[in-house]
Amino acid sequence: MNFQDWLRADRLPHIYCTGCGNGTVINCTLNAVNQMGWTPEETVFVSGIGCSSRAPGYIITDSLHTTHGRAIPFATGVKLARPDLHVVVFTGDGDLAAIGGNHFIHGCRRNIDLTVICMNNYIYGMTGGQGSPCTPLGAYSTTTPYGCDEAPFDLASLAVAAGANYVSRWTSYHVQELTRAVKAGLETPGFSLIEAVVQCPTGYGRRNKLREAQDMIAWMRDHAVLLKKWRRMDEEGVPHDPATFPVGEFVRRNLPAMGVPK
Amino acid sequence: MKHEIRFSGFGGQGIILAAVILGRAAAIHDGKYAVQTQVYGPEARGGASMSAVIIDDDPILYPEVTAPDIYVIMSQEGFLKYGRTAPESAVMLVDSELVQDRPACRYHEIPSTYEAKSTLKKVIVANIVMLGALVATTGVVSEAAIEKAVLDSVPKGTEDLNLRALKLGFDLGRRSMKDETA
Amino acid sequence: MQGNTACAEGALAAGCRFYGGYPITPSTEIAEHMARKMPKIGGVFAQMEDELASIASVIGASWTGARAMTATSGPGFSLMMENIGYAVMTETPCVIVDVQRGGPSTGQPTRAAQGDMMQCRFGSHGDMSIIAVSPASVQEMYELTAKAFNLADRYRVPTFVMADEIIGHMRERIAVPDSVEVVPRRPLEKGTLPFAPGEDNVPGFPAFGHGYGVHVTGLTHDDRGYPSSTDPRVHERLVRRLVGKVEGANREIADYEVTNPDAEVVFISYGAPSRSVAQAIRDLDDERVGHLRLKVVWPFPDFALAAFKNARVFLVPELNLGQMVREAARHTAVPVVPISEIGGELHTPRRLITMAEGYL
Repeated sequence: MNFQDWLRADRLPHIYCTGCGNGTVINCTLNAVNQMGWTPEETVFVSGIGCSSRAPGYIITDSLHTTHGRAIPFATGVKLARPDLHVVVFTGDGDLAAIGGNHFIHGCRRNIDLTVICMNNYIYGMTGGQGSPCTPLGAYSTTTPYGCDEAPFDLASLAVAAGANYVSRWTSYHVQELTRAVKAGLETPGFSLIEAVVQCPTGYGRRNKLREAQDMIAWMRDHAVLLKKWRRMDEEGVPHDPATFPVGEFVRRNLPAMGVPK
Repeated sequence: MKHEIRFSGFGGQGIILAAVILGRAAAIHDGKYAVQTQVYGPEARGGASMSAVIIDDDPILYPEVTAPDIYVIMSQEGFLKYGRTAPESAVMLVDSELVQDRPACRYHEIPSTYEAKSTLKKVIVANIVMLGALVATTGVVSEAAIEKAVLDSVPKGTEDLNLRALKLGFDLGRRSMKDETA
Repeated sequence: MQGNTACAEGALAAGCRFYGGYPITPSTEIAEHMARKMPKIGGVFAQMEDELASIASVIGASWTGARAMTATSGPGFSLMMENIGYAVMTETPCVIVDVQRGGPSTGQPTRAAQGDMMQCRFGSHGDMSIIAVSPASVQEMYELTAKAFNLADRYRVPTFVMADEIIGHMRERIAVPDSVEVVPRRPLEKGTLPFAPGEDNVPGFPAFGHGYGVHVTGLTHDDRGYPSSTDPRVHERLVRRLVGKVEGANREIADYEVTNPDAEVVFISYGAPSRSVAQAIRDLDDERVGHLRLKVVWPFPDFALAAFKNARVFLVPELNLGQMVREAARHTAVPVVPISEIGGELHTPRRLITMAEGYL
């Protein structure tokens, strides 16, 4: 199978805007799933609400497009009832970190055997660009018209602290790394979070001087700092540019997990 | 014949378990009908707890106790809340050590907590002692039935202790009947 | 056996193999019993982080084909409402037990009420129909819970067991049958569209992991299951079918008992107050006083009222300020009178007898 064979051809064209980064993340994910040698019959995609959550509708497997924030508990039910199925969750920063925040940390704590891919575009895209718990300080959105004055969540660190077995963060610029990270997540028993920072030229970029998709991709390229370097800077006491963020593998471990097939 | 039995005491005495065992004795082992209810709430962890059993030869429709004819009271607070208003036609068993007041109706003084502590060295079985006394004084269920129900209901490994508590209760009940007639 | 234990045992006898829940008084004994039993029979007990997650996990498990349930009470029931609507829209069979307590809000955690009857019917947003049963004894906690699974699977709709604290916490002797009737979900025929109406407007079920490749969404969807959320005709066709499959089967779903069908004064009851009515009728011993006892409350069996041809008044005792009484009044020209009791105690038979005598 080619990874494109996983797409539900009769649902195309998709609803994503021109320049949207979600397609890249879907491609990386399907590529990783395909490399695992899984069949569509034994794979289930689950999502909540938002742009990211429309992804399962474009994939030929069984899929649950659920309610806002609740993808992880729905997926938990599927996985516990049928541990032999591979369950992958697509979510976004609003879905996962705001309305679904409690389910997120409890999914990590249970270390339930799911692979969760969060498309972090810094805003609520589907509803037109409102601020989310991941909107950077000072960034503009329709609900932060004078610049965001709340500190954002660090999703990857949150997942590490809450007990997930595998956590990494990349961006839609880092296609190869992202694909490898998703595959590592799929391979790791227990809860895996792959945070994929994605460009949303429509809802985020045009309010933050990153109007074109390539502007945002260049911004991600220039502001993503490899985790090794980030940590070295920490050790050496070198301050981080507040606009930068670390990317890489945050954790890969083997804590006790739930829902792992015997 | 219909009986309504009300139990009251403080949280932790096993007031609800006593009612459950009595109901089980009637419904499972004596072949009668029984319904057991209780007031749940913070009372289960202190304060006055209350539980009740209705025992009848016919199916029980209305499940709540309205006019108890038998009271089992194991704390002063329980007496004040649930025992004081007992009508003269009722009969009451009081834990003679823990209940200071006495009702207007016929009553039996049963030192169940004292005896559980001093004779059996386990205060936890005071409720079972009381059940024994209840059956000996009122015959509301048979002694064989309550014995089986106790064995059905208590944790494994404690059967012997609970049976000794029950038999101690039978004795205390019979002794109090003798005192009454004397 | 305690009512809540009987509920759990009835579910297990019906083949329930997934329980997702969050502890809440007065339903907690159901979760505790499931926690003890499920691991021993190869089932799943999942204690979730809240009631939103509980019902979500139940729906997820149901899509693998498992019989799945949750149990809760007022505050938790309120939290479940959104995903209950999702189960309606996606036609996910599931059983939700609500051991009702006094509300609103935290209210009376340990006292009985029937204040959630309209919430179970209309609590989630949008037009919908659901099925609800209401047990009046420990025996019925067992039987009606088991039956709820068959109804949920047959009509692919969330099915509620609307119990109350009195029935949930009381203990009575019950007769546990050797087996209960289990009518499993009809699987989707291969080659058929997953949300096409099928027989009786109920599509066959395409369980996950069997190669159906079904897309399930809470958005308005077409027969393929694909989102189609702006076309008025698609929405109307879907929602009319979802409501019609339940309302159209009212006579088939209905389950009730009639006492004294020629009566002039007729009590309508469900759940715990049925016990007060039964006692009142026995004490009155008067054929002019009748009783319609509902075991299935939703859909409401409107035709059952017409069976009391001599009725001059219907009296509806409920543990609320008047909920099902409104539904009854909607279906008859005969006066329908509420008898409300709130605070946690049952109507005394004496009160009901006095009420009935006032109309004789």
